[in-house]
Amino acid sequence: MNPSQGNAVQRPPIDAEPVLRLAGITKRFPGVVALNSVDFDVRPGEVHALLGENGAGKSTLMKVLAGKHKANEGKIILGGEEMEFENPKHAKRAGVVLIHQEQSLVPEMTVAENIFLGSLPKKWGNRVDWRKLREDTNKILETLKCSFQHDDLVGSLSIAKKQMVEIARALVFTPRVVVFDEPTASLTDHEKPVLYDVIHSLCDQGVGIVYISHRMDEIFHLSHRISVLRDGEYTGTVNTCATSEDEVTRMMIGRSLELDHASKPSEFGDNMLEIRNLSVKRVFEDVSFNVRKGEIVGMYGLVGAGRSEVAETIFGLRTPVAGDVVLDGEVVNFRHSHDAVAAGIALVPEDRKDQGLILGMNCRDNMTLAGLGTVSSMGFMKGSAERTVYDKYQQAMKIKTPGWRQKVGNLSGGNQQKIVIGKWLHTHPKLLILDEPTRGIDVGSKAEIHALVKDLAKSGYAVLVISSEMPEVLGLSNRIIAMYDGRVTAEFDGDSVSEDELVQAITGMGKPSPTAAVTG
Amino acid sequence: MTSLKGFFRGKTAIQPIWIFVIAIFIFFSFMSEYFLSLSNITNILVQTSTIGLLALGMTYVMINGNIDLSVGATLGLAASLVVGIQPLGLTVAVLAALAAGIVIGAINGLIVWKTGVNAFIVTLGAMIGVRGLIFLYTQEQSFYATNFAFADFGASTIGPIPVLAIIFLLCTLVMHLVLTRTGHGRNTFAVGGNPEASIDAGIRLGRHMMINFIIVGFFAALAGVLLASQMGAATPNLGRDYELWTITAVVLGGTKLTGGYGSITGTLGGVLAIGILRNGMNMMQVPAFYVLVILGAILISVLIIDKKLNAPSTKEVRI
Repeated sequence: MNPSQGNAVQRPPIDAEPVLRLAGITKRFPGVVALNSVDFDVRPGEVHALLGENGAGKSTLMKVLAGKHKANEGKIILGGEEMEFENPKHAKRAGVVLIHQEQSLVPEMTVAENIFLGSLPKKWGNRVDWRKLREDTNKILETLKCSFQHDDLVGSLSIAKKQMVEIARALVFTPRVVVFDEPTASLTDHEKPVLYDVIHSLCDQGVGIVYISHRMDEIFHLSHRISVLRDGEYTGTVNTCATSEDEVTRMMIGRSLELDHASKPSEFGDNMLEIRNLSVKRVFEDVSFNVRKGEIVGMYGLVGAGRSEVAETIFGLRTPVAGDVVLDGEVVNFRHSHDAVAAGIALVPEDRKDQGLILGMNCRDNMTLAGLGTVSSMGFMKGSAERTVYDKYQQAMKIKTPGWRQKVGNLSGGNQQKIVIGKWLHTHPKLLILDEPTRGIDVGSKAEIHALVKDLAKSGYAVLVISSEMPEVLGLSNRIIAMYDGRVTAEFDGDSVSEDELVQAITGMGKPSPTAAVTG
Repeated sequence: MTSLKGFFRGKTAIQPIWIFVIAIFIFFSFMSEYFLSLSNITNILVQTSTIGLLALGMTYVMINGNIDLSVGATLGLAASLVVGIQPLGLTVAVLAALAAGIVIGAINGLIVWKTGVNAFIVTLGAMIGVRGLIFLYTQEQSFYATNFAFADFGASTIGPIPVLAIIFLLCTLVMHLVLTRTGHGRNTFAVGGNPEASIDAGIRLGRHMMINFIIVGFFAALAGVLLASQMGAATPNLGRDYELWTITAVVLGGTKLTGGYGSITGTLGGVLAIGILRNGMNMMQVPAFYVLVILGAILISVLIIDKKLNAPSTKEVRI
């Protein structure tokens, strides 16, 4: 659970003939060379981490491997045999399975039906063999040590459990290679060990694992070898036990990154936000804290602890049953998000694709979305004013796009997040709330966003950062609010708190809570 | 508005439907000697103006992520009202008919906004209910215009161009400008593209949905009034199936049923495509039933081609 301890368990490389080899894979899309003669292999029983910034070509390479894309050049050799996968199902039957980043489950169906979706066991007359389905499912759930039942509805499961179902799906066909694409993106530190156990047990069975992640601690904790892609080019493979985070980062972005903990803001003004005994029925209770001008306050806790919900309540998306939200000395208690926006609150939401951006709209229009008033007169948009706004934030944040007409859906995660932040800077807010600001974002952009947040606070913004990543909370916050099970359990000074203290505060250790533990 | 490119800003590529319109226009010009004449072309514009007006409003509602199936019935009610109330004065009759459309649109919008019930269901109910209102009001009778000024208006021209065609083209221009250049237009796209993100950006979702349903209701009523003046009469079944033709035209024009994407220029192309096909095949004396079969086949083929053309370019290109 502790990131710095992860480095202790490094594994030596496994010496065996690769079960899978990709040789000279080249993939072109109109106008873009996504992969340029990339080599990659996986040995049985090893975890081979694949690293690279967003847009480096990791996902494309895996899609080629899993039969979703056809490579323009190159070979796929599985168990000594050259393969040409027509489609994902073909690849799956041959033993190559991709565990998706975005979950592809049917929430209305049971666990068993989801696991065997598309390959339900049949009896004579093409009828579903429910008994065999149940037995096979139970067998798989047992090997994964899952705590849920074959007849639970997938929609009722937590994200972590859904991921288990996704993994269970991979085990239906005896897999030889399993690809995990950002498997921990939506898991809390608490839930990760379960996933690690599953990966270890797959390794013990001789399955080759490809592990894609942005999180260095996980990669160093799990992998035997690390391969790096940069801008569609293969930059090399190193043995995990013989490398360092710094070296890998340099391979990824061509320079080394220093985590800068010293540059936190240090001059604070009056209270910008004050939350007094705020409660929302069955979600959180009696939450009080404050954020001063120029200060970064971190909110740390497990998924389901009620952090995002507190932010949504401040923003007017949920109605509290008790308590007050005080903004700049005035009791506000917004009922609608547009009132909150008008009063100067900005919320960078947890899920930028679903809540933060209009993916089909271009960059400029997304940027001005929350502040149309300043770029229009009498209801009519002023195109030149919009361009000025877009250019200003595009340059200030170094957003990489081919032009303002580009649809945001085509940008990488880091650039998308910068567009969301730009959208809010344009409204000149008093309070900036960032919910998981760097989830699923590569290290380079992550550092840029962290620096940006610190600069914003120094220029006078009050900033509230919600995060599940301890290094992020520690690296950014002047103060840290810990939440557990809908309550604020502790408040710490961001510079002097220890990691142990934080973990205790967010897991309810020390202060037992009457209700059951957080689901998941 | 200095250059043509600036006028159609954001649309640097020509829309596929316009290529299709130009192609069939050339085709029929060669196939029928009567097709390419000023009188026939203005005739096409008049014929398309009814579905065209409905389609203008429908485009807004569909970009907004909703749909309105009650436009045909609203058109029928407005037509019956404008003819039926004529004895009280023409102005009163026209205002009452237009008000009816606005009220129906407002009710549709209010229910969709406040209850969150799918617009398809809400307006399906409205379609059935409003048709019932027409029968209640007319007692299944057709009404004939008594005011000659009203019936003359539908046949009047300015120079060589019929007034109905001019009204339709003017409305198209205004609706295009509002959609591409106003905050309401922008927010209509945003809400249809991603309602959650729109709420997060502080956009008043409900207000924009209401306005768009009112707009489509108004245009349905306007189309009803103009159609009644063109025919000098109103029948209780007027406007049946018009909602389907409207949706066909809008979808042909490239507007997505899922919302967030579309344009008035595309819709104009879609409306003209249907109008030209009907008129041209009529000129070539294709039997009416075949015309329907061909129109259905063309709708599906155009959408298949559109999907094929757009599929590779919208996916997987990451910068």
